[in-house]
Amino acid sequence: MDIGDPYIIIDNVSYRYPGTKCYALKELNLTIYKGEFVAILGEHLAGKSTFCQLLNGIIPNFKGGRMEGSVIVGGLDTQEVSVAELAQKVGIVLQDPEAQLFTTKVLSEVAFGPENLCLDVEEILERIKWALEVVHLTGFEERPPTSLSGGQKQRLAIAAALAMRPEVLVLDEATTQLDPVGTLEVFSVVRELNEKYGMTIVMATHKSDEVAQFADRVLILHRGRLIAQGTPQEVFGKAELLRRATIRPPQVSQLATYLEERSLHLSEFPITIEQAKRGIERLFNGETSR
Amino acid sequence: MRNPAIKLENLTYIYQPYGVVALEDVSFEVGEGEFVAVIGQNGSGKTTLLKNIVGLLKPTQGRVLVEGLDTRRSTVAELSRWVGLVLQNPDQQLFAQTVEEEIAFGPRNLNLPDTEVASRVEEAMAMLGLEPFRREFPLALSIGDRARVVIASVLAMRPRIILLDEPTMGQDYRGHHQIMGVAGQLHGEGHTIVIATHHVDLVAEYAQRVIVLCGGRILLDDTPAAVFSQPEVLRRTHIAPPQITQLAQALPSYLGLPRDALTVAELGEAVLEKVKIKRSLPRRS
Repeated sequence: MDIGDPYIIIDNVSYRYPGTKCYALKELNLTIYKGEFVAILGEHLAGKSTFCQLLNGIIPNFKGGRMEGSVIVGGLDTQEVSVAELAQKVGIVLQDPEAQLFTTKVLSEVAFGPENLCLDVEEILERIKWALEVVHLTGFEERPPTSLSGGQKQRLAIAAALAMRPEVLVLDEATTQLDPVGTLEVFSVVRELNEKYGMTIVMATHKSDEVAQFADRVLILHRGRLIAQGTPQEVFGKAELLRRATIRPPQVSQLATYLEERSLHLSEFPITIEQAKRGIERLFNGETSR
Repeated sequence: MRNPAIKLENLTYIYQPYGVVALEDVSFEVGEGEFVAVIGQNGSGKTTLLKNIVGLLKPTQGRVLVEGLDTRRSTVAELSRWVGLVLQNPDQQLFAQTVEEEIAFGPRNLNLPDTEVASRVEEAMAMLGLEPFRREFPLALSIGDRARVVIASVLAMRPRIILLDEPTMGQDYRGHHQIMGVAGQLHGEGHTIVIATHHVDLVAEYAQRVIVLCGGRILLDDTPAAVFSQPEVLRRTHIAPPQITQLAQALPSYLGLPRDALTVAELGEAVLEKVKIKRSLPRRS
Protein backbone atom coordinates (compact mmCIF):
# COMPACT_ATOMS: atom_id res chain seq x y z
CA MET A 1 0.00 0.00 0.00
CA ASP A 2 1.40 3.36 -1.00
CA ILE A 3 1.33 5.97 1.68
CA GLY A 4 -0.51 9.11 0.63
CA ASP A 5 -0.97 12.64 1.92
CA PRO A 6 -1.24 13.62 5.57
CA TYR A 7 -4.76 12.79 6.77
CA ILE A 8 -4.66 13.19 10.53
CA ILE A 9 -2.57 15.99 11.98
CA ILE A 10 -2.21 16.12 15.73
CA ASP A 11 -0.62 19.38 16.76
CA ASN A 12 0.74 19.72 20.27
CA VAL A 13 -2.22 18.06 21.96
CA SER A 14 -2.48 17.75 25.72
CA TYR A 15 -5.66 16.52 27.34
CA ARG A 16 -7.11 16.13 30.81
CA TYR A 17 -10.37 14.39 31.62
CA PRO A 18 -12.98 16.46 33.48
CA GLY A 19 -12.21 16.77 37.17
CA THR A 20 -8.64 15.50 36.88
CA LYS A 21 -5.37 17.35 37.12
CA CYS A 22 -3.39 14.58 35.51
CA TYR A 23 -2.72 14.67 31.77
CA ALA A 24 -4.11 11.63 29.91
CA LEU A 25 -2.20 12.80 26.85
CA LYS A 26 0.73 15.20 26.94
CA GLU A 27 2.33 17.24 24.15
CA LEU A 28 1.41 14.91 21.35
CA ASN A 29 2.65 15.75 17.86
CA LEU A 30 1.96 13.33 15.08
CA THR A 31 0.91 13.01 11.47
CA ILE A 32 -0.87 9.95 10.13
CA TYR A 33 -0.87 9.54 6.36
CA LYS A 34 -3.67 8.32 4.15
CA GLY A 35 -3.48 4.56 3.69
CA GLU A 36 -1.17 3.95 6.64
CA PHE A 37 -1.61 1.03 9.06
CA VAL A 38 -0.60 2.42 12.43
CA ALA A 39 -0.48 0.34 15.60
CA ILE A 40 -0.46 1.88 19.07
CA LEU A 41 1.16 -0.05 21.85
CA GLY A 42 1.24 0.94 25.47
CA GLU A 43 0.49 -0.52 28.83
CA HIS A 44 -2.78 -0.06 30.60
CA LEU A 45 -3.58 3.65 31.15
CA ALA A 46 -0.84 4.76 28.76
CA GLY A 47 -3.43 6.81 26.85
CA LYS A 48 -4.36 4.44 24.02
CA SER A 49 -8.15 4.73 24.38
CA THR A 50 -7.91 8.47 24.91
CA PHE A 51 -5.88 8.70 21.72
CA CYS A 52 -8.46 6.66 19.78
CA GLN A 53 -11.32 8.88 20.98
CA LEU A 54 -9.38 11.98 20.03
CA LEU A 55 -9.59 10.94 16.39
CA ASN A 56 -13.37 10.87 16.08
CA GLY A 57 -13.96 13.92 18.22
CA ILE A 58 -15.54 12.05 21.16
CA ILE A 59 -12.72 13.83 22.96
CA PRO A 60 -13.27 16.64 23.72
CA ASN A 61 -16.73 17.21 22.18
CA PHE A 62 -18.55 14.51 24.12
CA LYS A 63 -16.32 13.74 27.10
CA GLY A 64 -15.49 17.34 27.96
CA GLY A 65 -12.29 17.96 29.88
CA ARG A 66 -9.51 20.34 28.88
CA MET A 67 -7.82 19.98 25.53
CA GLU A 68 -4.92 22.02 24.26
CA GLY A 69 -3.65 21.98 20.69
CA SER A 70 -5.60 20.74 17.70
CA VAL A 71 -6.55 17.60 15.80
CA ILE A 72 -7.28 17.88 12.08
CA VAL A 73 -8.93 14.86 10.43
CA GLY A 74 -9.44 14.96 6.68
CA GLY A 75 -9.21 18.75 6.76
CA LEU A 76 -11.73 19.11 9.61
CA ASP A 77 -10.80 20.52 12.99
CA THR A 78 -12.34 18.09 15.51
CA GLN A 79 -13.08 20.93 17.91
CA GLU A 80 -15.08 22.81 15.31
CA VAL A 81 -17.25 20.11 13.75
CA SER A 82 -19.74 17.72 15.34
CA VAL A 83 -19.09 14.10 16.27
CA ALA A 84 -21.84 13.18 13.79
CA GLU A 85 -19.92 14.79 10.95
CA LEU A 86 -16.67 13.15 12.02
CA ALA A 87 -18.43 9.79 12.19
CA GLN A 88 -18.46 9.79 8.40
CA LYS A 89 -14.68 10.18 8.32
CA VAL A 90 -13.67 8.02 11.26
CA GLY A 91 -15.23 4.71 12.29
CA ILE A 92 -14.40 3.30 15.70
CA VAL A 93 -14.56 -0.26 17.02
CA LEU A 94 -14.38 -0.76 20.77
CA GLN A 95 -12.76 -3.38 22.97
CA ASP A 96 -15.97 -5.09 23.97
CA PRO A 97 -18.30 -5.63 21.00
CA GLU A 98 -21.16 -6.29 23.37
CA ALA A 99 -20.88 -2.69 24.54
CA GLN A 100 -21.42 -1.60 20.96
CA LEU A 101 -23.99 -4.04 19.52
CA PHE A 102 -27.58 -3.29 20.47
CA THR A 103 -30.04 -4.50 17.81
CA THR A 104 -31.80 -7.83 17.40
CA LYS A 105 -30.34 -8.81 14.08
CA VAL A 106 -27.14 -8.40 12.14
CA LEU A 107 -28.85 -6.54 9.29
CA SER A 108 -30.28 -3.80 11.50
CA GLU A 109 -27.01 -3.48 13.37
CA VAL A 110 -25.18 -2.56 10.17
CA ALA A 111 -28.10 -0.46 8.89
CA PHE A 112 -28.20 1.80 11.94
CA GLY A 113 -25.36 4.14 10.96
CA PRO A 114 -26.37 4.78 7.34
CA GLU A 115 -30.06 5.06 8.34
CA ASN A 116 -29.06 7.95 10.54
CA LEU A 117 -27.45 9.60 7.55
CA CYS A 118 -30.94 9.49 5.96
CA LEU A 119 -29.65 7.67 2.90
CA ASP A 120 -31.86 6.00 0.29
CA VAL A 121 -32.94 2.46 1.09
CA GLU A 122 -31.04 1.09 -1.92
CA GLU A 123 -27.89 2.86 -0.85
CA ILE A 124 -28.25 1.51 2.70
CA LEU A 125 -28.81 -2.03 1.46
CA GLU A 126 -25.84 -1.78 -0.83
CA ARG A 127 -23.62 -0.57 2.00
CA ILE A 128 -24.81 -3.40 4.24
CA LYS A 129 -24.09 -5.93 1.54
CA TRP A 130 -20.59 -4.54 1.03
CA ALA A 131 -19.78 -4.22 4.74
CA LEU A 132 -20.89 -7.78 5.53
CA GLU A 133 -18.92 -9.09 2.55
CA VAL A 134 -15.76 -7.35 3.70
CA VAL A 135 -15.96 -8.89 7.17
CA HIS A 136 -17.05 -12.27 5.79
CA LEU A 137 -20.47 -12.26 7.47
CA THR A 138 -22.64 -12.52 4.35
CA GLY A 139 -25.51 -14.91 5.12
CA PHE A 140 -25.71 -13.84 8.77
CA GLU A 141 -28.18 -10.97 8.07
CA GLU A 142 -31.09 -12.44 10.04
CA ARG A 143 -29.05 -13.82 12.96
CA PRO A 144 -29.29 -12.09 16.34
CA PRO A 145 -25.87 -10.57 17.20
CA THR A 146 -26.01 -12.34 20.57
CA SER A 147 -25.80 -15.71 18.80
CA LEU A 148 -22.46 -14.92 17.16
CA SER A 149 -19.03 -16.03 18.37
CA GLY A 150 -16.60 -13.48 19.82
CA GLY A 151 -14.72 -13.11 16.55
CA GLN A 152 -17.96 -12.76 14.59
CA LYS A 153 -19.28 -10.11 17.00
CA GLN A 154 -16.08 -8.16 16.65
CA ARG A 155 -16.31 -8.40 12.86
CA LEU A 156 -19.94 -7.27 13.01
CA ALA A 157 -18.88 -4.20 15.00
CA ILE A 158 -16.35 -3.52 12.24
CA ALA A 159 -19.08 -3.91 9.57
CA ALA A 160 -21.28 -1.41 11.41
CA ALA A 161 -18.42 1.08 11.36
CA LEU A 162 -17.68 0.32 7.69
CA ALA A 163 -21.25 0.98 6.61
CA MET A 164 -20.54 4.63 7.31
CA ARG A 165 -17.83 4.41 4.62
CA PRO A 166 -15.20 6.02 6.83
CA GLU A 167 -11.78 7.03 5.58
CA VAL A 168 -10.16 5.93 8.81
CA LEU A 169 -10.93 2.87 10.90
CA VAL A 170 -9.89 3.09 14.54
CA LEU A 171 -9.82 -0.12 16.58
CA ASP A 172 -9.42 0.17 20.33
CA GLU A 173 -8.15 -3.21 21.56
CA ALA A 174 -10.71 -4.82 19.34
CA THR A 175 -9.24 -8.34 19.60
CA THR A 176 -8.82 -8.57 23.35
CA GLN A 177 -11.53 -11.15 23.91
CA LEU A 178 -10.66 -13.33 20.96
CA ASP A 179 -8.76 -16.58 20.66
CA PRO A 180 -5.80 -16.71 18.28
CA VAL A 181 -8.01 -17.58 15.31
CA GLY A 182 -10.51 -14.80 16.04
CA THR A 183 -7.62 -12.38 16.44
CA LEU A 184 -6.16 -13.35 13.09
CA GLU A 185 -9.65 -13.07 11.49
CA VAL A 186 -9.91 -9.46 12.63
CA PHE A 187 -6.33 -8.54 11.68
CA SER A 188 -6.82 -10.13 8.25
CA VAL A 189 -10.03 -8.19 7.61
CA VAL A 190 -8.33 -4.99 8.71
CA ARG A 191 -5.35 -5.64 6.46
CA GLU A 192 -7.69 -6.31 3.54
CA LEU A 193 -9.40 -2.97 4.16
CA ASN A 194 -6.03 -1.31 4.26
CA GLU A 195 -4.60 -2.93 1.16
CA LYS A 196 -7.65 -3.27 -1.03
CA TYR A 197 -9.55 -0.10 -0.16
CA GLY A 198 -6.65 2.06 0.99
CA MET A 199 -8.36 2.63 4.30
CA THR A 200 -6.23 4.27 6.97
CA ILE A 201 -6.00 2.05 10.05
CA VAL A 202 -5.25 3.07 13.62
CA MET A 203 -5.21 0.11 15.97
CA ALA A 204 -4.55 0.12 19.71
CA THR A 205 -3.56 -3.36 20.81
CA HIS A 206 -1.33 -5.52 23.01
CA LYS A 207 -0.78 -8.17 20.37
CA SER A 208 2.73 -7.52 19.20
CA ASP A 209 3.10 -10.71 17.10
CA GLU A 210 0.33 -9.51 14.80
CA VAL A 211 1.57 -5.91 14.89
CA ALA A 212 4.96 -7.13 13.67
CA GLN A 213 3.24 -8.86 10.80
CA PHE A 214 0.71 -6.22 9.74
CA ALA A 215 1.54 -2.65 10.79
CA ASP A 216 3.49 -0.05 8.77
CA ARG A 217 4.27 2.04 11.81
CA VAL A 218 4.19 1.47 15.56
CA LEU A 219 3.64 4.19 18.14
CA ILE A 220 4.55 3.64 21.76
CA LEU A 221 2.56 5.57 24.32
CA HIS A 222 3.75 5.75 27.89
CA ARG A 223 1.97 7.80 30.54
CA GLY A 224 0.27 9.90 27.90
CA ARG A 225 3.41 10.67 25.93
CA LEU A 226 4.54 9.39 22.59
CA ILE A 227 7.92 7.95 23.56
CA ALA A 228 8.85 6.13 20.36
CA GLN A 229 7.69 5.45 16.84
CA GLY A 230 8.99 3.67 13.78
CA THR A 231 8.63 0.49 11.79
CA PRO A 232 7.89 -2.63 13.86
CA GLN A 233 11.50 -3.67 13.35
CA GLU A 234 12.86 -0.37 14.68
CA VAL A 235 10.51 -0.24 17.64
CA PHE A 236 10.78 -3.88 18.77
CA GLY A 237 14.56 -3.51 18.80
CA LYS A 238 14.42 -0.84 21.51
CA ALA A 239 14.59 -3.28 24.41
CA GLU A 240 15.26 -0.80 27.19
CA LEU A 241 12.47 1.52 26.16
CA LEU A 242 9.98 -1.33 25.79
CA ARG A 243 10.86 -2.57 29.24
CA ARG A 244 10.21 0.89 30.65
CA ALA A 245 6.83 1.01 28.89
CA THR A 246 6.16 -2.66 29.86
CA ILE A 247 5.51 -3.74 26.31
CA ARG A 248 6.13 -7.29 25.29
CA PRO A 249 7.79 -7.55 21.88
CA PRO A 250 7.33 -10.74 19.81
CA GLN A 251 9.21 -13.66 21.35
CA VAL A 252 11.59 -13.84 18.38
CA SER A 253 12.53 -10.18 19.03
CA GLN A 254 12.96 -11.00 22.73
CA LEU A 255 15.35 -13.75 21.70
CA ALA A 256 17.43 -11.35 19.59
CA THR A 257 17.57 -8.94 22.53
CA TYR A 258 18.51 -11.78 24.89
CA LEU A 259 21.40 -12.69 22.59
CA GLU A 260 22.45 -9.05 22.03
CA GLU A 261 22.64 -8.47 25.76
CA ARG A 262 25.09 -11.37 25.82
CA SER A 263 27.11 -9.92 22.94
CA LEU A 264 25.76 -12.13 20.21
CA HIS A 265 24.26 -10.20 17.31
CA LEU A 266 22.00 -11.49 14.57
CA SER A 267 22.58 -10.07 11.09
CA GLU A 268 19.14 -8.42 11.08
CA PHE A 269 16.85 -7.72 14.01
CA PRO A 270 13.97 -10.22 13.68
CA ILE A 271 10.27 -9.54 14.23
CA THR A 272 8.95 -12.69 12.52
CA ILE A 273 9.80 -16.38 12.85
CA GLU A 274 11.17 -16.42 9.30
CA GLN A 275 13.61 -13.57 10.00
CA ALA A 276 14.77 -15.15 13.27
CA LYS A 277 15.32 -18.48 11.54
CA ARG A 278 17.40 -16.81 8.84
CA GLY A 279 19.43 -14.89 11.44
CA ILE A 280 20.24 -17.97 13.52
CA GLU A 281 21.14 -20.03 10.46
CA ARG A 282 23.55 -17.30 9.35
CA LEU A 283 25.05 -17.22 12.82
CA PHE A 284 25.79 -20.93 12.65
CA ASN A 285 26.97 -20.86 9.08
CA GLY A 286 29.59 -18.34 10.14
CA GLU A 287 28.44 -15.44 8.00
CA THR A 288 29.59 -12.04 9.18
CA SER A 289 27.42 -10.54 11.83
CA ARG A 290 26.32 -6.93 12.06
CA MET B 1 -1.06 -42.28 46.58
CA ARG B 2 -2.72 -38.98 47.43
CA ASN B 3 -6.35 -38.45 46.59
CA PRO B 4 -6.93 -36.44 43.45
CA ALA B 5 -8.15 -32.91 44.08
CA ILE B 6 -10.43 -33.13 41.07
CA LYS B 7 -11.70 -36.26 39.36
CA LEU B 8 -13.83 -36.23 36.21
CA GLU B 9 -15.47 -39.50 35.20
CA ASN B 10 -16.94 -39.56 31.71
CA LEU B 11 -18.28 -36.05 32.08
CA THR B 12 -20.77 -35.04 29.41
CA TYR B 13 -22.46 -31.65 29.60
CA ILE B 14 -25.31 -30.60 27.32
CA TYR B 15 -26.75 -27.08 27.36
CA GLN B 16 -30.54 -27.03 27.14
CA PRO B 17 -32.89 -26.20 25.49
CA TYR B 18 -30.88 -26.36 22.28
CA GLY B 19 -29.06 -29.57 23.12
CA VAL B 20 -25.60 -28.12 22.55
CA VAL B 21 -23.03 -30.73 23.59
CA ALA B 22 -20.34 -28.64 25.27
CA LEU B 23 -18.36 -31.50 26.83
CA GLU B 24 -18.38 -35.11 25.75
CA ASP B 25 -17.06 -38.03 27.75
CA VAL B 26 -14.27 -36.12 29.44
CA SER B 27 -12.23 -38.01 32.06
CA PHE B 28 -9.12 -36.89 33.92
CA GLU B 29 -7.73 -36.38 37.38
CA VAL B 30 -5.93 -33.39 38.81
CA GLY B 31 -3.64 -34.22 41.73
CA GLU B 32 -3.35 -32.14 44.90
CA GLY B 33 -0.99 -29.23 44.20
CA GLU B 34 -0.87 -29.50 40.41
CA PHE B 35 -0.76 -26.45 38.10
CA VAL B 36 -2.83 -27.31 35.05
CA ALA B 37 -3.58 -25.12 32.04
CA VAL B 38 -6.61 -25.77 29.86
CA ILE B 39 -6.32 -24.46 26.31
CA GLY B 40 -8.51 -24.65 23.22
CA GLN B 41 -10.29 -22.28 20.85
CA ASN B 42 -13.33 -20.18 21.85
CA GLY B 43 -16.23 -22.59 22.25
CA SER B 44 -14.07 -25.67 22.91
CA GLY B 45 -15.60 -26.18 26.37
CA LYS B 46 -13.10 -24.55 28.73
CA THR B 47 -15.59 -22.45 30.67
CA THR B 48 -18.14 -25.29 30.82
CA LEU B 49 -15.44 -27.52 32.26
CA LEU B 50 -14.54 -25.06 35.03
CA LYS B 51 -18.20 -24.42 35.87
CA ASN B 52 -18.73 -28.16 36.26
CA ILE B 53 -15.79 -28.40 38.66
CA VAL B 54 -17.04 -25.56 40.84
CA GLY B 55 -20.53 -27.08 40.78
CA LEU B 56 -22.35 -24.20 39.06
CA LEU B 57 -23.21 -26.72 36.33
CA LYS B 58 -24.02 -30.36 37.16
CA PRO B 59 -23.03 -33.16 34.80
CA THR B 60 -25.60 -34.28 32.23
CA GLN B 61 -23.84 -37.64 32.37
CA GLY B 62 -20.87 -38.92 34.34
CA ARG B 63 -19.58 -37.41 37.58
CA VAL B 64 -17.28 -34.79 38.95
CA LEU B 65 -15.59 -35.31 42.31
CA VAL B 66 -13.98 -32.36 44.09
CA GLU B 67 -11.89 -33.37 47.10
CA GLY B 68 -14.00 -36.53 47.07
CA LEU B 69 -17.34 -34.67 47.02
CA ASP B 70 -19.73 -35.56 44.20
CA THR B 71 -20.81 -32.21 42.72
CA ARG B 72 -24.31 -33.55 41.99
CA ARG B 73 -24.86 -34.21 45.69
CA SER B 74 -23.21 -31.08 47.00
CA THR B 75 -24.38 -27.48 46.94
CA VAL B 76 -22.25 -24.75 45.42
CA ALA B 77 -21.98 -23.34 48.95
CA GLU B 78 -20.48 -26.59 50.26
CA LEU B 79 -18.13 -26.84 47.32
CA SER B 80 -17.03 -23.21 47.70
CA ARG B 81 -15.00 -24.16 50.79
CA TRP B 82 -12.85 -26.31 48.57
CA VAL B 83 -12.88 -24.69 45.19
CA GLY B 84 -13.08 -21.07 44.00
CA LEU B 85 -13.64 -19.76 40.49
CA VAL B 86 -12.34 -16.51 39.04
CA LEU B 87 -14.55 -15.64 36.08
CA GLN B 88 -13.46 -14.32 32.73
CA ASN B 89 -15.19 -11.00 33.09
CA PRO B 90 -14.66 -9.48 36.56
CA ASP B 91 -17.71 -7.28 36.12
CA GLN B 92 -19.98 -10.31 36.30
CA GLN B 93 -18.59 -11.08 39.72
CA LEU B 94 -18.19 -7.70 41.44
CA PHE B 95 -21.10 -6.15 43.34
CA ALA B 96 -20.01 -4.62 46.65
CA GLN B 97 -19.55 -0.93 47.46
CA THR B 98 -15.91 -1.17 48.46
CA VAL B 99 -13.00 -3.46 47.69
CA GLU B 100 -12.85 -4.49 51.35
CA GLU B 101 -16.54 -5.37 51.39
CA GLU B 102 -16.18 -7.33 48.18
CA ILE B 103 -13.40 -9.47 49.60
CA ALA B 104 -15.09 -9.88 52.99
CA PHE B 105 -18.35 -11.16 51.49
CA GLY B 106 -17.29 -14.78 51.07
CA PRO B 107 -15.65 -15.37 54.44
CA ARG B 108 -18.48 -13.53 56.21
CA ASN B 109 -20.87 -16.04 54.68
CA LEU B 110 -18.84 -18.83 56.24
CA ASN B 111 -19.92 -17.37 59.62
CA LEU B 112 -16.35 -16.73 60.64
CA PRO B 113 -15.65 -14.37 63.56
CA ASP B 114 -15.08 -10.73 62.52
CA THR B 115 -11.40 -10.85 63.44
CA GLU B 116 -10.87 -13.87 61.21
CA VAL B 117 -12.76 -12.19 58.33
CA ALA B 118 -10.65 -9.06 58.76
CA SER B 119 -7.39 -10.97 58.78
CA ARG B 120 -8.33 -12.91 55.66
CA VAL B 121 -9.28 -9.68 53.88
CA GLU B 122 -5.94 -8.10 54.83
CA GLU B 123 -4.02 -11.15 53.68
CA ALA B 124 -5.81 -11.34 50.34
CA MET B 125 -5.41 -7.58 49.71
CA ALA B 126 -1.71 -7.75 50.55
CA MET B 127 -1.16 -10.64 48.18
CA LEU B 128 -2.74 -8.76 45.27
CA GLY B 129 -1.39 -5.33 46.18
CA LEU B 130 -4.88 -3.94 46.72
CA GLU B 131 -4.38 -2.05 50.01
CA PRO B 132 -4.41 1.39 48.32
CA PHE B 133 -7.86 0.63 46.91
CA ARG B 134 -9.54 -0.76 50.04
CA ARG B 135 -12.26 1.90 50.16
CA GLU B 136 -12.66 2.29 46.41
CA PHE B 137 -15.76 1.22 44.49
CA PRO B 138 -14.64 -2.01 42.75
CA LEU B 139 -16.41 -1.31 39.46
CA ALA B 140 -14.67 2.05 39.15
CA LEU B 141 -11.22 0.46 39.15
CA SER B 142 -9.22 -0.34 36.02
CA ILE B 143 -9.80 -3.71 34.38
CA GLY B 144 -6.54 -5.10 35.77
CA ASP B 145 -7.36 -3.99 39.30
CA ARG B 146 -10.92 -5.33 38.99
CA ALA B 147 -9.53 -8.74 38.06
CA ARG B 148 -7.26 -8.63 41.08
CA VAL B 149 -10.17 -7.79 43.38
CA VAL B 150 -12.01 -10.86 42.09
CA ILE B 151 -9.00 -13.08 42.68
CA ALA B 152 -8.64 -11.65 46.19
CA SER B 153 -12.31 -12.33 46.95
CA VAL B 154 -11.83 -15.95 45.93
CA LEU B 155 -8.59 -16.23 47.92
CA ALA B 156 -10.28 -14.99 51.06
CA MET B 157 -12.34 -18.21 51.03
CA ARG B 158 -9.03 -20.09 51.26
CA PRO B 159 -10.10 -22.77 48.83
CA ARG B 160 -7.64 -25.62 48.19
CA ILE B 161 -8.44 -25.49 44.51
CA ILE B 162 -8.48 -22.26 42.50
CA LEU B 163 -9.91 -22.16 39.00
CA LEU B 164 -9.18 -19.18 36.76
CA ASP B 165 -11.11 -18.67 33.55
CA GLU B 166 -9.03 -16.55 31.17
CA PRO B 167 -7.97 -14.23 33.97
CA THR B 168 -5.47 -12.46 31.73
CA MET B 169 -8.03 -11.34 29.17
CA GLY B 170 -7.96 -7.61 28.63
CA GLN B 171 -4.81 -7.29 30.70
CA ASP B 172 -1.59 -5.78 29.47
CA TYR B 173 1.81 -7.45 29.69
CA ARG B 174 2.34 -6.34 33.27
CA GLY B 175 -1.16 -7.57 34.18
CA HIS B 176 -0.48 -10.98 32.65
CA HIS B 177 2.60 -11.53 34.70
CA GLN B 178 1.04 -10.15 37.87
CA ILE B 179 -1.85 -12.56 37.61
CA MET B 180 0.28 -15.52 36.60
CA GLY B 181 2.70 -14.58 39.37
CA VAL B 182 -0.13 -14.73 41.90
CA ALA B 183 -1.25 -18.08 40.49
CA GLY B 184 2.35 -19.33 40.74
CA GLN B 185 2.63 -18.07 44.30
CA LEU B 186 -0.62 -19.83 45.30
CA HIS B 187 0.65 -22.96 43.62
CA GLY B 188 3.87 -22.66 45.62
CA GLU B 189 1.81 -22.56 48.79
CA GLY B 190 0.21 -25.87 47.89
CA HIS B 191 -2.97 -24.79 46.11
CA THR B 192 -4.19 -26.75 43.13
CA ILE B 193 -4.49 -24.40 40.14
CA VAL B 194 -6.50 -24.91 36.96
CA ILE B 195 -6.35 -22.04 34.51
CA ALA B 196 -8.11 -21.66 31.16
CA THR B 197 -6.30 -19.32 28.80
CA HIS B 198 -5.32 -18.46 25.24
CA HIS B 199 -1.88 -17.22 26.21
CA VAL B 200 0.32 -20.12 25.23
CA ASP B 201 3.54 -18.33 26.14
CA LEU B 202 2.30 -17.96 29.73
CA VAL B 203 1.24 -21.62 29.73
CA ALA B 204 4.72 -22.63 28.59
CA GLU B 205 6.28 -20.58 31.34
CA TYR B 206 4.04 -21.44 34.29
CA ALA B 207 2.06 -24.67 33.85
CA GLN B 208 3.26 -28.20 34.63
CA ARG B 209 0.54 -29.86 32.64
CA VAL B 210 -1.63 -28.81 29.71
CA ILE B 211 -5.03 -30.16 28.78
CA VAL B 212 -6.07 -29.31 25.23
CA LEU B 213 -9.79 -29.23 24.50
CA CYS B 214 -11.33 -29.46 21.06
CA GLY B 215 -15.05 -29.57 20.44
CA GLY B 216 -15.75 -30.65 24.03
CA ARG B 217 -13.27 -33.53 24.02
CA ILE B 218 -9.72 -33.90 25.29
CA LEU B 219 -7.27 -33.71 22.43
CA LEU B 220 -4.04 -33.80 24.43
CA ASP B 221 -3.12 -34.06 28.11
CA ASP B 222 0.60 -33.82 28.76
CA THR B 223 3.52 -31.59 29.76
CA PRO B 224 3.82 -28.21 27.97
CA ALA B 225 6.90 -29.50 26.10
CA ALA B 226 5.07 -32.59 24.85
CA VAL B 227 1.88 -30.70 23.96
CA PHE B 228 3.61 -27.88 22.09
CA SER B 229 5.75 -30.34 20.15
CA GLN B 230 2.60 -31.39 18.27
CA PRO B 231 1.65 -28.31 16.22
CA GLU B 232 -0.35 -30.42 13.75
CA VAL B 233 -2.65 -31.74 16.49
CA LEU B 234 -2.97 -28.30 18.12
CA ARG B 235 -4.05 -26.77 14.83
CA ARG B 236 -7.26 -28.81 15.04
CA THR B 237 -8.35 -26.59 17.94
CA HIS B 238 -6.81 -23.48 16.35
CA ILE B 239 -3.96 -23.23 18.83
CA ALA B 240 -0.38 -22.58 17.82
CA PRO B 241 2.60 -23.26 20.09
CA PRO B 242 4.35 -20.21 21.60
CA GLN B 243 6.21 -18.24 18.94
CA ILE B 244 9.59 -19.20 20.44
CA THR B 245 8.66 -22.92 20.22
CA GLN B 246 7.54 -22.42 16.62
CA LEU B 247 10.95 -20.90 15.89
CA ALA B 248 12.71 -23.83 17.59
CA GLN B 249 10.68 -26.22 15.44
CA ALA B 250 11.42 -24.28 12.25
CA LEU B 251 15.20 -24.33 12.76
CA PRO B 252 17.04 -27.09 10.89
CA SER B 253 17.84 -30.02 13.15
CA TYR B 254 21.55 -30.10 12.23
CA LEU B 255 22.02 -26.99 14.37
CA GLY B 256 21.41 -29.22 17.38
CA LEU B 257 19.14 -26.74 19.18
CA PRO B 258 16.27 -27.99 21.38
CA ARG B 259 13.17 -28.32 19.22
CA ASP B 260 10.87 -28.24 22.25
CA ALA B 261 12.24 -25.01 23.74
CA LEU B 262 9.42 -23.34 25.67
CA THR B 263 10.92 -20.02 26.68
CA VAL B 264 13.09 -17.31 25.17
CA ALA B 265 15.78 -17.94 27.79
CA GLU B 266 15.85 -21.67 27.06
CA LEU B 267 16.43 -21.21 23.33
CA GLY B 268 18.72 -18.23 23.94
CA GLU B 269 21.00 -20.22 26.27
CA ALA B 270 21.12 -23.12 23.80
CA VAL B 271 22.14 -20.78 20.96
CA LEU B 272 24.84 -19.14 23.12
CA GLU B 273 26.20 -22.52 24.17
CA LYS B 274 26.40 -23.85 20.59
CA VAL B 275 27.99 -20.68 19.26
CA LYS B 276 30.57 -20.73 22.05
CA ILE B 277 31.53 -24.31 21.22
CA LYS B 278 31.65 -23.52 17.53
CA ARG B 279 33.89 -20.49 18.06
CA SER B 280 36.28 -22.38 20.31
CA LEU B 281 36.91 -24.93 17.56
CA PRO B 282 39.69 -24.20 15.08
CA ARG B 283 38.30 -22.88 11.81
CA ARG B 284 38.47 -25.19 8.85
CA SER B 285 40.02 -23.57 5.84
